Amino acid sequence: MKTFENAIEFLFDNTGLIWDKILEHVWLSLASLGVACVIAIPLGVWLGHRHRGSFVAINVSNVGRALPSLAVISIGLGLLGVGFTNVMVALVILAGPVMLTNAYVAVDQVDQDAVRAARAMGMRGPQVLWRVELPLALPLIFAGIRTAAVYVVATAPLAALAGGGGLGDIIVNQPTYGPEGVVAGSLVIAALAFATEGVFALLQYAVTPRPLRRRGRQPLLEPKVETAAA
Amino acid sequence: MLAGAPAAPIAQQGPVIPHFERASDCIRENGQFCFSWFVDNFDRVFVPRLVEHIWLTGLAVGIGFVIAFTAALVAHSLDWFETPFAILAAFLYTIPSLAFFQLLVPITGLTVTSAEIALVSYTILILFRNTLTGLRGVPEDARLAARAMGLTKGQILRRVELPLALPAIMAGVRIATVTTISLATVAAFIGVGGLGQPIFNAIQSGFKTQFVAAGLLAVALALVADALLVLLQRMLAPWMRARRA
Repeated sequence: MKTFENAIEFLFDNTGLIWDKILEHVWLSLASLGVACVIAIPLGVWLGHRHRGSFVAINVSNVGRALPSLAVISIGLGLLGVGFTNVMVALVILAGPVMLTNAYVAVDQVDQDAVRAARAMGMRGPQVLWRVELPLALPLIFAGIRTAAVYVVATAPLAALAGGGGLGDIIVNQPTYGPEGVVAGSLVIAALAFATEGVFALLQYAVTPRPLRRRGRQPLLEPKVETAAA
Repeated sequence: MLAGAPAAPIAQQGPVIPHFERASDCIRENGQFCFSWFVDNFDRVFVPRLVEHIWLTGLAVGIGFVIAFTAALVAHSLDWFETPFAILAAFLYTIPSLAFFQLLVPITGLTVTSAEIALVSYTILILFRNTLTGLRGVPEDARLAARAMGLTKGQILRRVELPLALPAIMAGVRIATVTTISLATVAAFIGVGGLGQPIFNAIQSGFKTQFVAAGLLAVALALVADALLVLLQRMLAPWMRARRA
């Protein structure tokens, strides 16, 4: 237990360092998440809108899960070398699939009666997508972003091994920061993961159209997809 | 005389410096992936780590399954139990792996116990949720028919509910296994071996072939384990296969 007391002390003695590392960590995570979003979500939404490629869209997240994060980072390290960009590429590969699958399932499973009603009212494809499918799909799309966000924040510490910086720097440098530093860094990372989960839960609530909020909670951490893939 | 005799031949052989033949070009230039080195060193470098990895994963999924399965059965009959247990499991699931391992080190040391506590914690949420979803998904008609046939509660569970919940449970086991294989690589950071070990070692020495190889092996292990579990599911639930065909 002494280590934990020392760790708390370490946190208070090194506030500057911890803040710097938190900022690096958040920046790396947001950048990766942003890039993954830009690639995965439009693709998933488009496939879902056209109801095409279900096999690929659903299985990509299973394959994504099978990729050990450390292995992806290490293979990336071998092929691309050390640095921020390369770590980001690895994190994008890890975060993308779950977002793609969620976006696909979200749009694909929109109530077809609503879609047909929209068409009957004279809406064209893009209008149906923007004004009917997307609002209805938003909560589940966002559930995917939330899962991916927590995953990225939790995996980014490994990035320190590949020179990505962030809080992982403290954890993997026991010789520099000592056991109390390592435990302190771990506590901060855990806190950051919970904070991410909380912030994204609030965001998800905020983007959910009001009539959909009452239906109760969506399965958040592991969306519907899992059982469907059996 | 006796002591001097063996010395002579050694002196004739010249300096006693071991001779490790010339390394291949690929190794000397630290190429991306030297296939021949991988083949030559597979038995020595990777097989023990692979075995450790399988062992770490099997133990974690096994223990996690016992805990989660029991909890799901409890939650199936006692409704109030689900929410607190699910919250606890979700809490554990959210702790980042590297941090979780490190936080356990001051308590349980650099041991397999530390690694297993964290790995088991990660499996519980997935297994619990899938088992419970499976049990809840059993059609009420099937349950009522079983009761009308005179089956007791225990018999209904064993002969009707569990077989029908099997696909969902097996889906959970697959996800948990693959996730654990992935997380177990990180466990090497606290010195319990597994495929993460060559990765961490090679990251420090900068030997590309070794970490690319270990990474690929971990991915391959996950895919093979997943495929084997699909086969197991088909054996346990042959009626699913019939329906699909």
